[in-house]
Amino acid sequence: MPKDSGIGASTKRREDIRFLTGQGNYTDDINIAGQAHVYFLRSDIAHGTINSIDTSAAAAMPGVVRVFTGADFEGVGGIPCGWQVTDRHGEPMQEPAHPVIAQGKVRHVGEIVAAVVADSLSQARDAAEAIVLDITDLPAVVDMKAAVAEGATKVHDDLTSNLCYDWGFVEENKGAVDEAFANAAHVTTLELVNNRLVANPMEPRVAVGDYTRHNDESTLYTTSQNPHVIRLLMGAFVLGIPEHKLRVVAPDVGGGFGAKIFHYAEEAFCTFAAKACNRAVKWTSSRSEAFMSDAHGRDHVSKIELALDAENNFTALRTETYANMGAYLSTFAPSVPTWLHGTLMAGNYKTPLIYVNVKAVFTNTVPVDAYRGAGRPEATYQLERVVDKAARELGVDPVALRRQNFVTEFPYETPVAVAYDTGDYHATMDQLESMIDREGFAARRAASEANGKLRGLGVNCYIEACGIAPSNLVGQLGARAGLYESATVRVNATGGLVVMTGSHSHGQGHETSFPQVIAEMIGIDESMVEIVHGDTANTPMGMGTYGSRSIAVGGSAMVRAAEKIIAKTKKIAAHLMEASEADIELKDGAFSVAGTDKSVAWGDVCLAAYVPHNYPLEDIEPGLEETAFYDPANFTYPSGAYACEVEIDPETGKVTIESFAAADDFGNVINPMIVEGQVHGGLAQGIGQALLEACAYDENGQLLTGSYMDYAMPRADDLPNYQVDHSCVTPCTHNPLGVKGCGEAGAIGSPPAVINAVVDALQSGGHAVDHIDMPVSPSRVWSAMNS
Amino acid sequence: MAKVNMTVNGSPASGDVEGRTLLASFLRDQLHLTGTHVGCDTSQCGACVVHVNGEAVKSCTMLAAEADGAEVTTVEGMANADGSLNVIQQAFQDHHGLQCGFCTPGMVMSAAALLKENPKPTEAEVRTYLEGNICRCTGYHNIVKAIMAASGQDVGAIAAE
Repeated sequence: MPKDSGIGASTKRREDIRFLTGQGNYTDDINIAGQAHVYFLRSDIAHGTINSIDTSAAAAMPGVVRVFTGADFEGVGGIPCGWQVTDRHGEPMQEPAHPVIAQGKVRHVGEIVAAVVADSLSQARDAAEAIVLDITDLPAVVDMKAAVAEGATKVHDDLTSNLCYDWGFVEENKGAVDEAFANAAHVTTLELVNNRLVANPMEPRVAVGDYTRHNDESTLYTTSQNPHVIRLLMGAFVLGIPEHKLRVVAPDVGGGFGAKIFHYAEEAFCTFAAKACNRAVKWTSSRSEAFMSDAHGRDHVSKIELALDAENNFTALRTETYANMGAYLSTFAPSVPTWLHGTLMAGNYKTPLIYVNVKAVFTNTVPVDAYRGAGRPEATYQLERVVDKAARELGVDPVALRRQNFVTEFPYETPVAVAYDTGDYHATMDQLESMIDREGFAARRAASEANGKLRGLGVNCYIEACGIAPSNLVGQLGARAGLYESATVRVNATGGLVVMTGSHSHGQGHETSFPQVIAEMIGIDESMVEIVHGDTANTPMGMGTYGSRSIAVGGSAMVRAAEKIIAKTKKIAAHLMEASEADIELKDGAFSVAGTDKSVAWGDVCLAAYVPHNYPLEDIEPGLEETAFYDPANFTYPSGAYACEVEIDPETGKVTIESFAAADDFGNVINPMIVEGQVHGGLAQGIGQALLEACAYDENGQLLTGSYMDYAMPRADDLPNYQVDHSCVTPCTHNPLGVKGCGEAGAIGSPPAVINAVVDALQSGGHAVDHIDMPVSPSRVWSAMNS
Repeated sequence: MAKVNMTVNGSPASGDVEGRTLLASFLRDQLHLTGTHVGCDTSQCGACVVHVNGEAVKSCTMLAAEADGAEVTTVEGMANADGSLNVIQQAFQDHHGLQCGFCTPGMVMSAAALLKENPKPTEAEVRTYLEGNICRCTGYHNIVKAIMAASGQDVGAIAAE
């Protein structure tokens, strides 16, 4: 029987009520009395030298408060990068200055050149048209390999080249890997592109800066996944505001998918300008601005080689990847192609030797950073495509080849620096095979062919590293922050609880799922627990939500704080019942003394803590409020097996997803309904990448996909119903809930399933196609079939 | 500036607007009905869908002045008289048809318009009708399921949960 409350129950989401009735409180819904509006004048060329900016006419326009240019930000810090990668020669990466407003040069279409603050947005926009810019065009570098070629135009004149870093992992293994390739019975090689994407949360970014002169305090309301991180980065590195004078609020946030992790120039601008103008300053991104200012995702060009012995065992893996950084280093950009990518190259397989080389490159494009999955989809796509190609070259069943090479014993130390604690890859593959009627595929293919269509089946596995991350480990890897999470549990006098968490919900349903855990621990109704998040003024310093970390890290912090509360309430209960603390049991919201009929209710104990008339004051303080900071001992390792069936119309090249099945192992699950929803959304983004989405630049660095007219977002009629299953459970061994995280799995595991299926379909039609790059648009497929 | 008068969610509303003021801006900025969202600037995403004289309209694509004299319904006007969720809203909660909630007002308004013109749509008809509403969170599965359920049809055959 499914549970109807607590851990494992599909509790309906309480936050839905306000979202369904128009009562949400998104950042753009916040208006401050007397606020001004800013319009950013953005570069319409990719690379150029700024000769002059004449703002005099604009400044005289109606309603204009002030016009800002880069000159106003001299002496102000630049946008910092939160991760330093050390290259294969032991040198730090090249790290360019990242000004809030362009200084001297513009380096990508969309970079802020000037900002007009006016009484209304219309006035600001009108005035921006009166700014006279004199910019000399410079050649733009867009293609990564051309950018690192000899004599290429430099994006940053003060750097030695456009190469940010040349990273080798594990560098000491390189010789052994090369030797294994020299001795291989078979080598499969694949070159592929992981297409550049735009995260596109439906809520565009918004920033409202506010300032109160009497106490010199700044407040920023912003669309962020991690308000404390923004406060630290912006306060300490950009504007020089100490944390106690800076509050960052991220209220209801309309999706993030990574793009709202990073600290952006517009946030710093609005906070700075609010003080400079002594009135609140608001910016709401248009979707067009979002395309040229939100950090993009993916954009890797890779070569991957797999070595096998005569028995088809994987003996070595070698990759070379060019990773686009864009024009500047966004907050976590350097970590994505390295530590979030190289460490996942073992996948589900016991390949003993792996070498990953990544060249990160500056180009005249929007900065690239983490997007749902971040590095792990790029790793999974390469690996699962090359394994599929190897199976085809060897004439073996692609599922059997995978199974033969699965890791089966845990814990498992990979050759790429991580240790999987638990997993059962055969079990998820068994589950998947039970879901997809593989035996019936031949008949389905025959039916498609009878209709003049081609049909293909693609299967793959994935593993990801979630619950980011152990602070001491990421510190060694170059992170400039710890990645613990925090929670304060406050029990009110009559027994209700408030959990103040550093995690942030922007669609994940924390307001519903987090109380399920507390309710289970104490044995009370979920409605007695309220979650507070998203405001640095009333939550403990926490690192926010990304990397599928909320329940694994934030949830664990909450459990630790609740355990402290329970320990204290047991002391109080023991005192009230004149019993030994060791004999106190907490169940169904009541404390009892083992072996007796003595009992005291949860609420009575809580009241005693705040009305301590009969209370062990000599031993413990009154009150019930505890904070915990939880730093994970390891990443968590969700895994799974995915299958996709496609049909291709040979007349048009159009690919249709006929079915998609996902069998995941997320460890323990708090709310199955929410978990399934997370998988659905991830699948849609992964299928979108495979089928539809591509962010394109021309050779001059002009953004060709600058709106939803040009960038193909997946729509309802592009996607199938999904079959999802999470019944395979190998609990995580190192967090108190045994959870692994589920937010990114769908986006990580689904692209190779689609492409494997497309290649399978094309080969079934006699087409000698062993790879096709994403997105598999009709023109690409038709061209592949007719070349 | 021109004066506009309209009925919004059953109550009279008026304001002075510039000729270029969009209906979405009027609703959000002057009437403070912030349930109507703006997710794009090319009439693609559908987060701003409201009903004008009973028709689903993208309020980012209609001037406030054009709605002068009209009956406008926004997501704030969709709940039952007692404040409880209406059948569509309830189905979205029951079937987890929303995550971040940003596209949700437009989805609810489009779903209502669909079910008005086609009370028992097929799954394919629902997917086709939603062509003008983008959701980035749900993958649409549970939105489609919610709308089918709101129409009184059995959704047991639609997988998951």
